[in-house]
Amino acid sequence: MAGNPLRFLLSSWPWRSLAYLLSGLVTGILWMLLALVLVVVGVLLAPAGIGIVLLLCVPLSAIGLGAVDRRRLRLIDARPAPSPHRDPREAGLRPWLRFRLRETATWRELGHAVLAGLLSVAAVMAPFVLFVGGVVQAGAPMLVENGDQIMYGTAGTVDTRGEAWPVAVFGGLMVLLGFYAMTVAAAARAALDRALLVRPVEEELVAVRASRARMADAFEAERRRIERDLHDGAQQRLTGLIMTLGLAKLDGGGEWAAKAQDEARAALEELRDLVRGIHPSVLTDRGLRAAVESLAERSAVPVEVDVDLPGRPPEAIESAAYFVVAEALANVAKHSGASRARVTVRRNRKALHVEVRDDGTGGAAAHGAHGAREDGGGSGLQGLADRVAVHDGTVRLSSPPGGPTILRVEIPCES
Amino acid sequence: MRVVIAEDSVLLREGLGQILGRFGHEVAAAVADAPALAAAVAEHAPDVVLTDVRMPPGFRDEGLRAALALRAATPDLPILVLSQYVEQSYAADLLQTGGAVGYLLKDRVGEVAEFVDALDRVAAGGTVIDPEVVRRLLARRRDHSPLERLTAREREVLALMAEGRSNGAIARALVVGEAAVVKHVGSIFGKLDLHQTSDDHRRVRAVLAYLRDGG
Repeated sequence: MAGNPLRFLLSSWPWRSLAYLLSGLVTGILWMLLALVLVVVGVLLAPAGIGIVLLLCVPLSAIGLGAVDRRRLRLIDARPAPSPHRDPREAGLRPWLRFRLRETATWRELGHAVLAGLLSVAAVMAPFVLFVGGVVQAGAPMLVENGDQIMYGTAGTVDTRGEAWPVAVFGGLMVLLGFYAMTVAAAARAALDRALLVRPVEEELVAVRASRARMADAFEAERRRIERDLHDGAQQRLTGLIMTLGLAKLDGGGEWAAKAQDEARAALEELRDLVRGIHPSVLTDRGLRAAVESLAERSAVPVEVDVDLPGRPPEAIESAAYFVVAEALANVAKHSGASRARVTVRRNRKALHVEVRDDGTGGAAAHGAHGAREDGGGSGLQGLADRVAVHDGTVRLSSPPGGPTILRVEIPCES
Repeated sequence: MRVVIAEDSVLLREGLGQILGRFGHEVAAAVADAPALAAAVAEHAPDVVLTDVRMPPGFRDEGLRAALALRAATPDLPILVLSQYVEQSYAADLLQTGGAVGYLLKDRVGEVAEFVDALDRVAAGGTVIDPEVVRRLLARRRDHSPLERLTAREREVLALMAEGRSNGAIARALVVGEAAVVKHVGSIFGKLDLHQTSDDHRRVRAVLAYLRDGG
């Protein structure tokens, strides 16, 4: 509505507002009539039992009106308007009824229906008065010409041409004002509808966040399942093969048995590395500290490990933290030229903090972190940041030329 | 020698039984999970226990926990733990319970004679640590570490010591005289500033601790 007033009047807004208000008036009044009938008949028939059912239909009809009004909102409000209702857990009419009648959303919609019925009249009335008054006064010169007059109560009458023209200008302005009033009324009505009928955005966000976390948990469970399947299946079989070939060697199986055994051992070794990348069993068994120590042992650069945790964090968070350290240490070994590194893990009431610090040459790019130094391997740390982001965590990197490089990761986890 | 085996894979359990049978050892019981292991040990009082780390019901480190519990109840019960993964922390937990323990990667059973020898050593009160554990600890790059001052031969001796070999066994493995090994060991302990000990188990612990923390 800010901006050029003329352009506003020529836009579709006044007409959309008008359509919104009038359709609101129609639906509001229709619902009021329906509710009135339901209540009256319901009360009269209450002793017969069927009346109670009719009374229950009042909030249910408000749900219907809510759905209609959410659709009407699109006339003047392009933002999405999701329903505040949730899906009942059980199928069937009775569970649905019970579920809906217990929802706050239903009773908000009932309140809205009553308010809307009353306010829709008022909302249409104000612009209507401005329009009619404006049009009549704008026509003042014509009225005066025909010998009619406009009376302003005790303030006097307008019956001369000299008086009529200023009144006409005033009337024209009133009509314009009517347009504005209509849009304002529509906006106010829309705000009321949105407040009472639409699921709040924050709630949406919480829902999205929760579903994202559930997905991360599902991935985590899936990784464990794969790890276990490989352990119980392929790994055991290969071990069995190595053992059988060992017995064959004992019976003079010769050169070929030894060769086959070497092959099987190499295959098992590869499988072990693969499985460790999917989900290390030491993490499941003994937690973050032992798993990080295991990473440190594997690291070509000496790593000091300082993990001090009260109890174990949730599995998905533990796993995310582990892979942060794994990736960071891989980068330290590959790119940093460091002679030592230090991993610190702490947890306070709100979050798990991981810090990986090395005394290397620094200069790791922020977006790709260490990996981006030369071979474009930064996707590793980018993937890490994504993994942390799933848990609403943050990754921060400080790596001035000449070092040191410090990677700090914070993953919220309430305790 | 009477052995109790705990291993949840039928294939491996039977294979282990066969190997032990070939070398004249008696399998007193072969069980598939940790609670059954405790019961079998109580019933058969074996000379040595051979157990997998990961077993039902949780498929975590039940076998290792069972081993630690058995050691807590019977401190001198020899136990050899087999694992699909080499983890320092598992080895450290076992070593803490004293001598007559072993920790080997599962596929070491492929070198049948060496594996049975390791089991014999554990049963006789020795300490056996998988070479992979030691190799990994030695592979770490170190600047200005006393380890850098060791000769190549001394590093070989150090690795074998960490695996739990006695001086005699080290001499045989490197095809040198035992006197030469004693000399190397003395030199190593001097360079690393460690206290000499005649107890093999303590020697393993000291060397592993040195490799893990210092170096």
